[in-house]
Amino acid sequence: MANYDLSDDSVVVVIGSGAGGGTLANELCQKGIKVVLLEAGKRYGENDFVNDEWDSFGQLSWLDKRTTSGTWRVAKDFAGLPAWICKTVGGSTVHWAGASLRFQEHEFKTRTVYGDVEGATLLDWPISLQDLEPYYDKAEDKMGTTRTHGIPGLPGNNNFKVMYTGAKRLGYKNVNTGRMSINSRARDGRPACQQIGFCFQGCKSGAKWSTLVTEIPAAEATGKLDLRTQAQALQIEHDADGKVSGVLYADKDGNRQLQKARVICVAGNSIETPRLLLNSASAQHPDGLANSSGQVGRNYMRHMTGSVYATFDKPVNMYRGTTMAGIITDESINDPARGFVGGYEMETLSLGLPFMAAFLDPGAWGRGFAEAMEGYDHMAGMWLVGEDMPQASNRITLHESETDQFGLPVPNVNFDDHANDIAMRNHAFKQGSAVYEAVGATNVYETPPYPSTHNLGTCRMSEKPQDGVCNKWGQTHELANLFISDGSQFTTGAAENPTLTIVTLAIRQADYIAEQMGQKSI
Amino acid sequence: MSAKGMNRRQFLQSSSLAAGATVAATSGAAAQGMGLKALDDHSGRTLLKMTRDLYPHDTLADLYYMVVVEVLDAEAAGNDDTARLIKDGVAKLDGAMGVNFVDLSEGNRLAVLEAMESDPFFQKVRGTTVVALYNDPLVWRHFGYEGPSFEYGGYIDRGFDDLRWVGEPSADASPKAG
Ligand SMILES: Cc1cc2nc3c(=O)[nH]c(=O)nc-3n(C[C@H](O)[C@H](O)[C@H](O)COP(=O)(O)OP(=O)(O)OC[C@H]3O[C@@H](n4cnc5c(N)ncnc54)[C@H](O)[C@@H]3O)c2cc1C
Ligand code: SF4
Repeated sequence: MANYDLSDDSVVVVIGSGAGGGTLANELCQKGIKVVLLEAGKRYGENDFVNDEWDSFGQLSWLDKRTTSGTWRVAKDFAGLPAWICKTVGGSTVHWAGASLRFQEHEFKTRTVYGDVEGATLLDWPISLQDLEPYYDKAEDKMGTTRTHGIPGLPGNNNFKVMYTGAKRLGYKNVNTGRMSINSRARDGRPACQQIGFCFQGCKSGAKWSTLVTEIPAAEATGKLDLRTQAQALQIEHDADGKVSGVLYADKDGNRQLQKARVICVAGNSIETPRLLLNSASAQHPDGLANSSGQVGRNYMRHMTGSVYATFDKPVNMYRGTTMAGIITDESINDPARGFVGGYEMETLSLGLPFMAAFLDPGAWGRGFAEAMEGYDHMAGMWLVGEDMPQASNRITLHESETDQFGLPVPNVNFDDHANDIAMRNHAFKQGSAVYEAVGATNVYETPPYPSTHNLGTCRMSEKPQDGVCNKWGQTHELANLFISDGSQFTTGAAENPTLTIVTLAIRQADYIAEQMGQKSI
Repeated sequence: MSAKGMNRRQFLQSSSLAAGATVAATSGAAAQGMGLKALDDHSGRTLLKMTRDLYPHDTLADLYYMVVVEVLDAEAAGNDDTARLIKDGVAKLDGAMGVNFVDLSEGNRLAVLEAMESDPFFQKVRGTTVVALYNDPLVWRHFGYEGPSFEYGGYIDRGFDDLRWVGEPSADASPKAG
């Protein structure tokens, strides 16, 4: 592994080693570029992961203080935990379920296609599906996504069988075990899935793609990567002529270090990325770096989500096998006749008994709840995930008084559901329930959103500098050598799970950065 | 700055997922009878009734609810605020109808609890119970949850797709394993 000097100002510093940062770091290293990768969390291996929901939660989660506000239900149920994401090498790809779906063509042009939706700050992406297709292709190959590149689908588990049966009875056409970045057979040095059922707890077999098991080792093999763990970026510094120059971070002993840089790429996930820019305010950039548009932290999206669980006369044992084992895509179209714009996906989901107790109906108690839990092994479940509307007031800001362990203001996450989100969730609850009722469900439970797992849009891409934070390459409009490299770039959220698109954008961004460095433009 | 300890405590205070981390930290709480350190016997018995009323599974023995009471006791032993919260809370339960909570009828106990839902004591006990009760591997068996599976080779050969009461999906939708 490389070991660059703190004063080496020829390196690219990438902040965060998750889907965006881990991929970008590897792609740059493959091109021979020197990379310092700063990761706030520790590095764990497959042997360290535990098949235990609460223990794993304590091991992997980002638990630094955060606050919430707004009318969303998460602010009431999980006031100190707006998002369920990771602080560890590999970021949230250690947690993720593996669903890997391309965005649809119209989802890059929502302002044009959906029109002027009141209260929403919709905007067309400055890129199209066609621009991304070759990179989607590379990402799927890299991640070993099933049902692409000749890779077979995964076998469906019991939870999938129930969903499949109901979906077919309801007349849904597109239902299968989905495109998953989990090996259905050995590939790329990773084994086939053992149907362990703890995909959210870090896959102990390595069948699931993550930047931890694939990108970071590949980057290390080039000899170009200097990975610093337990290294939390605190501030980005800049010089007088409009360029960023270095990153101030706290190392594993809590000492502050300043790493000089030629280029800085921020990929801390959509809460920490804008927070870092806001915390980097200076005399020249009083509202935070790259924020003269005032858009940093705004348009926070978290997907319309909800779950439906249902119990049956006979056992299901949904927890056996892949957590996200199948999908119905029929509702992901844009059909405003349903009473909302945009669409949603229906994906099987299972929680173990400990998490089911915490999430099925947060705050509930008494006989009704206990009876629902009694049905656990007769239960099937699905997650509903759809496009939510960006809104200027859905926003990450710095807290006025609360600070973290480094003395920096903590982020507050303010969120209100848009009327379109509410109408979509209502439709999704009805359809999800209908799927299970078609299979003879005895009870159906509509479960409210979990803390956000998909965090998007807080430094969005825009054609015009006044509408967003970065351009179509993720390069900030204001500082040519400062890049946004995670889901914060998303102009809008689409119905699909975001990670494949985050990885795709990172591969494309690496090409651009290498080209610009080659031309000495940055 | 001892960052870690601080984060954890702050987190515990601010999240209703808090109890999860606490329980993980106090794992191994003895399940055989209550050996209370901080709480008196009456408080222990009151909490036992209350935790059962909160999450009533009639076929689960008291033993499993005692595990929860012991988690609360351990917290009270290490934190004066919690100890006071519980002591005052038990007094409120007893005072609500002028008859000790443990002697109230089930209907009356529920009425007392419902009236206390927004009380920090109630929230503390409820939050701890919903995590500690359902995080106990012995309780998992009662619910048919099999827990860790890696050491048994996952479910690939142990019934991940053994459901037979619906038809088989098409091979296209769900290819065979391997
Ligand atoms: C339970 C769960 C299931 C999911 N399932 C799916 C799925 O099936 N399909 C899908 O597409 N997506 C899924 N996701 C979402 C997916 O994990 C994220 O979209 C993706 O990982 C986000 O990538 P990112 O690069 O933006 O951030 P992350 O992957 O979260 O990485 C950010 C990294 O940056 C680090 N960091 C943050 N701030 C700093 C700082 N100041 N200094 C240094 N390091 C810092 C963090 O520690 C973290 O490691 C799931 C998420 C969860 C939690
Ligand atoms: S089910 Fe498959 S992907 Fe999930 S943890 Fe197990 S081996 Fe990994």
